Amino acid sequence: MTDIPTGVVTRGEPVEMLLNMGPQHPSTHGVFRMVLWVDGEKVTDVEPHIGYLHRGSEKLCEGEQFHQVITLFDRMDYLANFNNELVYCAAVEKLMGLTVPERAEYVRVILCELNRIASHLLFVATMGLDAGAMTPSMICFRGRERVQSLFEAVSGARMMHNYFRIGGLKEDLPDNFEEMVGELMPLLQADIEEADKLLTFNEIFLARLKGVAAISVEDALDFGLTGPCLRACGVDYDLRKADPYSVYDRFEFNVPTGLDGDCWDRHFVRVQEMYESMKIVEQALVQMPKGNVTSSLGRRLPRPPKGEVYVRAENPRGEIGVYLVCDGTDKPYRLKVRPPSFCNLSAIKHLLKDTWIADTVVVLGSLDIVLGEVDR
Amino acid sequence: MVENNDPEAAEASQEAAVVDVAVEGLSQSNLDILEVLKEVLKDFNPQPGALDDLPQVTIGPGDIQRACRLAKDDPRLGMSQLSLLACVDYLEYFQIVYILHSLDPDRTAVIKTDVPYETAALPSVTSVWRAADWYEREAHDLFGVHFEGHPDLSPLLLYEGFEGYPGRKEYPFNDYQEF
Repeated sequence: MTDIPTGVVTRGEPVEMLLNMGPQHPSTHGVFRMVLWVDGEKVTDVEPHIGYLHRGSEKLCEGEQFHQVITLFDRMDYLANFNNELVYCAAVEKLMGLTVPERAEYVRVILCELNRIASHLLFVATMGLDAGAMTPSMICFRGRERVQSLFEAVSGARMMHNYFRIGGLKEDLPDNFEEMVGELMPLLQADIEEADKLLTFNEIFLARLKGVAAISVEDALDFGLTGPCLRACGVDYDLRKADPYSVYDRFEFNVPTGLDGDCWDRHFVRVQEMYESMKIVEQALVQMPKGNVTSSLGRRLPRPPKGEVYVRAENPRGEIGVYLVCDGTDKPYRLKVRPPSFCNLSAIKHLLKDTWIADTVVVLGSLDIVLGEVDR
Repeated sequence: MVENNDPEAAEASQEAAVVDVAVEGLSQSNLDILEVLKEVLKDFNPQPGALDDLPQVTIGPGDIQRACRLAKDDPRLGMSQLSLLACVDYLEYFQIVYILHSLDPDRTAVIKTDVPYETAALPSVTSVWRAADWYEREAHDLFGVHFEGHPDLSPLLLYEGFEGYPGRKEYPFNDYQEF
């Protein structure tokens, strides 16, 4: 990292001033630092600095046995734990040629979609806060807490669940799971609608977000943007539809897209996605069969054959990919993650050019980054 | 053994058999992509293969920038996104893996290249996809691979002055440096 200058630093003609934002800044969603060059109120150049949360997760994975890596994946995108566990388990299963019991697949989908809702609720909460709206955040956190209580009943932990296993699940759902979800769904629907009604078409919110930091489809693809950030540009691409994994091909749902690719579209797409996830959960609950949820491996340690595999999945933040190289031992030889936030954040320099200082916060918020995943 | 009068056909079938071993497990659509990939990159002596169920070619490190440019611009491939750039330490050499992606139609292809351990350098692909910028900085941080033509290879995940390359196999696990 470059040394942080003290005092007023200026350069050039007309005079540009250096403004340091972060790493300890409430609106950077973690420890992220931006060095802004500003001309008056206008941002002329940005230097993003990441790595404050770098723990070397990928290297740590090389030292853990295959079933132990799941806990490390929990800690990458810590707002979408189930989705992260799913993609890692899917990668090892693919390499080993394991089939997952059907009930386990449905449980995974239900939990992943609820996790998507929880993650998007947090996004809406922070988006509101970034734009200056306090009330929706309370509503969203209330809804998210309901989901996390359910997760706690299922896995024993509100976050960092460590519930998925290679080839299945740790254990079956609690007996009253369907009743609990049945009670949760209308409450969650009401929470989402309430926050949506308060925020999405609010005049002040629209004025703050509409037309801010729009990105074209070409640039979005070039920067590797995926997920809601890409769909906000109007690209109808969702891995759950385009390349269905798990049992996603058995559900009816829409892929919401935006029009202009600006901050408001990124917000709008995520709100709509929550309603679609609700639909998936409802269908999955009806279709879910009874049966076994543990893998055919039993209590043996997974030991994939020599080989390599690339598996991707649709996370709340975008497309996550796992590139796994195995040399036939009980530990991964190399594990490389394609973190969606990492790619989305790399476009920040482009997005922030020629915006106002006051907009930097909403632009960063609209990307919905998780620094645990960016830095790994 | 049945004698084959047509030497060309025999040669072709033999060739097909050789290719089949390398690309075992590819679906027909991915085999088609592999054919196109080989055709587009024919100047760079591509070695066909398969990454599990994905089509893959291996080329020399010096050609990587031109090859990626062709893979992106050629309408038959149209790899508009760089999904992943991974660096793997195989002790004698580094393997750089480019996972390319096109959205419509949904296609994924892999380009691999090996660089020697001692002089790990290859051309940067930031001019092709800007997504490569941070990936290359990350690989430079953790593995010490130099990407020629990259605009700014300053540390991304590590701090200025960090010694060693923690991604490499030789770097100890339970070691840390005081900041």
